[in-house]
Amino acid sequence: MHMPLEDTLGLNLLAANQHQAEHNREHFDAWQLLCLNVMSSPGAGKTSLLERSLAALATDLQMAVLEGDMTTQLDAERLEAVGVPVVPITTGRACHLDAAMVSGGLKLLKQRLDPASLDLLWVENVGNLVCPAEFEVGEHRKVALLSVTEGDDKPLKYPVMFREAHCVLITKTDLLPYLPVDIARIEAHIRAVNPRCAVIRVSASSGEGLAAWHGWVRDQQAAVCGPFARATSPTLVTA
Amino acid sequence: MHEVDMTKCLVLSMQEWRQQHDPVTPQVQTVHLQVGTFTCVEPDQLVTTWRAAVRGSWLDGAELAIETVPLVGRCVLCNGTYSPDPQQAYRSPCCNQPMEEIVSGRELRIRSVDYRLPEPASPSATTAPQAPLATAAAV
Ligand SMILES: Nc1nc2c(ncn2[C@@H]2O[C@H](COP(=O)(O)OP(=O)(O)OP(=O)(O)O)[C@@H](O)[C@H]2O)c(=O)[nH]1
Ligand SMILES: [Mg+2]
Ligand SMILES: [Zn+2]
Ligand SMILES: [Zn+2]
Ligand SMILES: [Zn+2]
Repeated sequence: MHMPLEDTLGLNLLAANQHQAEHNREHFDAWQLLCLNVMSSPGAGKTSLLERSLAALATDLQMAVLEGDMTTQLDAERLEAVGVPVVPITTGRACHLDAAMVSGGLKLLKQRLDPASLDLLWVENVGNLVCPAEFEVGEHRKVALLSVTEGDDKPLKYPVMFREAHCVLITKTDLLPYLPVDIARIEAHIRAVNPRCAVIRVSASSGEGLAAWHGWVRDQQAAVCGPFARATSPTLVTA
Repeated sequence: MHEVDMTKCLVLSMQEWRQQHDPVTPQVQTVHLQVGTFTCVEPDQLVTTWRAAVRGSWLDGAELAIETVPLVGRCVLCNGTYSPDPQQAYRSPCCNQPMEEIVSGRELRIRSVDYRLPEPASPSATTAPQAPLATAAAV
C-alpha cells in the first residue's frame, strides 16, 4: 500500500497562462514596446476611443493593435481605417483573451511588420468586466473603461477589474447632461476599490480628457521603453 | 461561465506539474485549491466544471478541495487588519481609510496535490523501489 503523497505547490491556478504571459512580455521587452490591455464591458467605448487615440498618437508613436473582437471583424476594420495595423484575434467563444491567443496574434503581426519597430501595442480585449481581469496576456499596464451610462455601482459589482487596472477611463462623458448619474460617485467607487490608479474622464465624441489620457499613455511608454526604463524584464508571477 | 476557461487553465497547470514526475503518471486523488473571495472565481461552479473537464483524462476521479480565503485588508493608518465591506466602500472601520493593501482574498492558488505513484511495473523485481516520499518544495 502506498501512502498518498502530498506535493506542496503554491502554484497559481492559472500558472499555465501566467507562463505564456511572461513569455509574451519577454518579447515585448525585447522589442522595447509598451503593451496596454484595454478592457471594459461590451460597448463601453474601447474601439471608439482607440480610433481617436491612434489618430492622435500616430504623429510620434509607431503602433499596432491586437483586436479581440468576439464574433465579427467590424472593430478591426474600423481601426485599420485610421492607418494602424490591426490583427484580429479569433477567440472562438471565449469571453476573454488569454496569453496563448495573444501569442497567436503576435505571430500574425510578425508576418506584417517587425515588432521591434513598434513603440506601443494595444490589445483590445473582449467586452467583459469579469475574467479578463484574471487572465494576463503579458501587458505592462491594464486600462479599464467604464461608461457613464453603465451606472455608478459597476466598480463595486466588478471590483477585481477595477482593482487590477492601472488606469480607469470614465467614458462617454458627453452624455452626462442627459443622464441621472453623479460622476463624483462613479469616481468615489473606483477609488474605493483602487485608491492608486489614474482616473480620467474622457469622451471619444467631444474629445474631453483625451489630452490627459494621451499624456498618461506617453508617460507609461516612456517609463517602460524610455532611456530610464528598467533594463531587464521583471517577472510577472509572484504566487 | 468563465469557470470553464479557468478549469482548462487549471488542467494545463496540473499538466505542468505532472511533467515533474515523467515518465510515470501520478494518480491524483485531491487537488487542494485556495480561492480568495476577491477573485472572479465561483468555487461551486469550478467544482462542477472540473468534474466535466477531467472525465476520461489522466485526472479522472481527482477531486477538487477548495478552501475559500476571505478578503482581508490592512489599514494604512493604524496597520490593523479588517474585513472590507463593499457596503462601506471597502474602507477600514478603524480609521475610515480606503482599501490600499489587500492582505488576502486575491488567492487563486494550487496549494497542494494528493496523489499516488503507480506500482512498479515488474512484480518479480527484487529491489522494487518504494514510491518516493519526498515532498516538492513550495514555490
Ligand atoms: N455619446 C458617445 N457615444 C460613444 C462614445 N464612445 C463610444 N460611443 C458609442 O458607444 C457604442 C459602442 O462603442 P464601441 O467603441 O464600439 O465600444 P466597444 O467597447 O469597443 O464595444 P465592444 O468591442 O463590442 O465591447 C457605439 O455606438 C459608439 O458610437 C462617446 O464618447 N460618446
Ligand atoms: Mg470594440
Ligand atoms: Zn516566443
Ligand atoms: Zn472569460
Ligand atoms: Zn485603522
